[in-house]
Amino acid sequence: MNLSVGMRAAVVSVAIFVAFMLAWHVATQGSGPVAQMDPEYAKLLGLTATQGKSAMPGPLDVGMKLWEHLQQPFYDKGPNDKGVGIQLAYSIARVGLGYLLAVAFAIPIGFLIGMSPLMSRALDPFIQVLKPISPLAWMPLALYTIKDSHLSSIFVIFICSVWPMMINTAFGVAAVRKEWLNVARTLEVGPLRRAFTIILPAAAPTILTGMRISIGIAWLVIVAAEMLVGGTGIGYFVWNEWNNLSITNVITAILLIGLVGMLLDQVLARLTRLVTFPE
Amino acid sequence: MTEKFISIEGITKRFPAPGGGATTVFEDLWLAMRRGEFTCIIGHSGCGKTTVLNVLAGLDVPSEGTVIVDGQAIEGPSIDRAVIFQSHALLPWRSVMGNVVYAVASKWPRWARTDQEEQAQKFIDLVGLTGAEHKRPAELSGGMKQRVGIARALSIEPKIMLMDEPFSALDALTRGTLQDEVRRICMETGQTAFMITHDVDEAIYLADRIVMMSNGPGALFAEIVENPLPKDRKRTDFHKHPLYYGVRNHIIDFLITRSKNFAEEVASRGFDRRQVPVVRPLAPEPVIAADAGRELTSSASRPGLSRPTAAAASPGS
Repeated sequence: MNLSVGMRAAVVSVAIFVAFMLAWHVATQGSGPVAQMDPEYAKLLGLTATQGKSAMPGPLDVGMKLWEHLQQPFYDKGPNDKGVGIQLAYSIARVGLGYLLAVAFAIPIGFLIGMSPLMSRALDPFIQVLKPISPLAWMPLALYTIKDSHLSSIFVIFICSVWPMMINTAFGVAAVRKEWLNVARTLEVGPLRRAFTIILPAAAPTILTGMRISIGIAWLVIVAAEMLVGGTGIGYFVWNEWNNLSITNVITAILLIGLVGMLLDQVLARLTRLVTFPE
Repeated sequence: MTEKFISIEGITKRFPAPGGGATTVFEDLWLAMRRGEFTCIIGHSGCGKTTVLNVLAGLDVPSEGTVIVDGQAIEGPSIDRAVIFQSHALLPWRSVMGNVVYAVASKWPRWARTDQEEQAQKFIDLVGLTGAEHKRPAELSGGMKQRVGIARALSIEPKIMLMDEPFSALDALTRGTLQDEVRRICMETGQTAFMITHDVDEAIYLADRIVMMSNGPGALFAEIVENPLPKDRKRTDFHKHPLYYGVRNHIIDFLITRSKNFAEEVASRGFDRRQVPVVRPLAPEPVIAADAGRELTSSASRPGLSRPTAAAASPGS
């Protein structure tokens, strides 16, 4: 075997995947008729009781459901029956809006904290207290003040993505190498040009790392927020399907949430690589 | 001193000491430099050489005293005084061209981009980096990075070049070629230069005058050695010059023995900080072979020195 490490890793991944699918398939297999009974009574009891069929859907059920969803992602048959694509789009839009608001707020404040030791100390107690609050704890307050469930979930995304970005920006700005600042000083570079040509590029990798952490947290929180708020979104979809007792749909949604989360993370990872400079 | 282009006037630097009070790094330093002169400062670590350079650059503020450049007291950094940093301090996210253009654009912000690049190119060529314009600093060797630093400093056509051990991180061969370049450029452009070094040969090769600093705390400019070697000295043979060992021995003797207890040395004879003694080491006098042994054991003399207090300075024999 002289395959590259990447190839071998792929082989192992596929093996794990197949093993998991097989185990899943076997575990959810029905055990055949369990008892002889009147067909009418059997109908009332359902397949689980009569045929020994697992209540948990197997991989084939989920696969078929996923295929079904992917063929028709954007149908809209009223408030309780929308395509999974529409639900995901709602969630992504909320995350996008809340996240962009957070970027616009956190990065300038982070700059301020990073550049001014005074502001750093003055704002520190607020950040220390606000940061560990679960974003969902804000939800009632948001609903009460904003009076709009859609905007409230955007606010919750905003409040949970602000902190990692703000803290990372402050750290990145404060850690800009003294010698680069001295270069700017000896060249008599003005404060604005210094901020954009020295501090921003020097701190960009750290800022982007904070943004990457934030998008991950935002995507975690949106599912919970939408379960709470309801109406639209992938979180609502999960909860709605739970109420419908459609475990197949719940598992499908879980899978899609994971895939979208991975994509969002990859986008930020790509951006981070763009601004990272070798030393 | 006929003309004082740069005048260090009584600068003192104190830092608050950990246990209260203050540590005086150096105190009441006076020095004047002429236009177009190359001055090297040499002394042990911790005597405050870098602080003196930072004060000249305007990056540091002295606790007392002032520095006057071209008739004006220094108030902060100025683009007229270029600094070549020990750690080259290139901006790693910019290319070689980008780094030099950044300096050019700081000096002449209104120039067209093409003019700025042309000016930068001129100095990239001057330091021999033609063809590497689009490389990032990470792709360059240590010597090449320092060349970019030199090109960046020169491209803004400064009145003064300040260099903080610019070659100390380089290997001997690269250091040699860069010394040649810096010397050539300074000679051609009549640049006023101030450089910190630990390397005695580097000081003798480059400097017109070598300022020797005693050990800190409370360091002071102890002596100024006028370089007696001819102006057109070459790196390949300057160490064969008859006066070379006189200068070298004098400096090394200072660094090894005299710098430690310079304060005691001068306590007996008085020391005018404003008139730092100027020494011009001469050729060693021929010594008759028969007397040589007696000569060497009698005292740790420094043959050929015109310094009147040479005897007083000798370490207790």
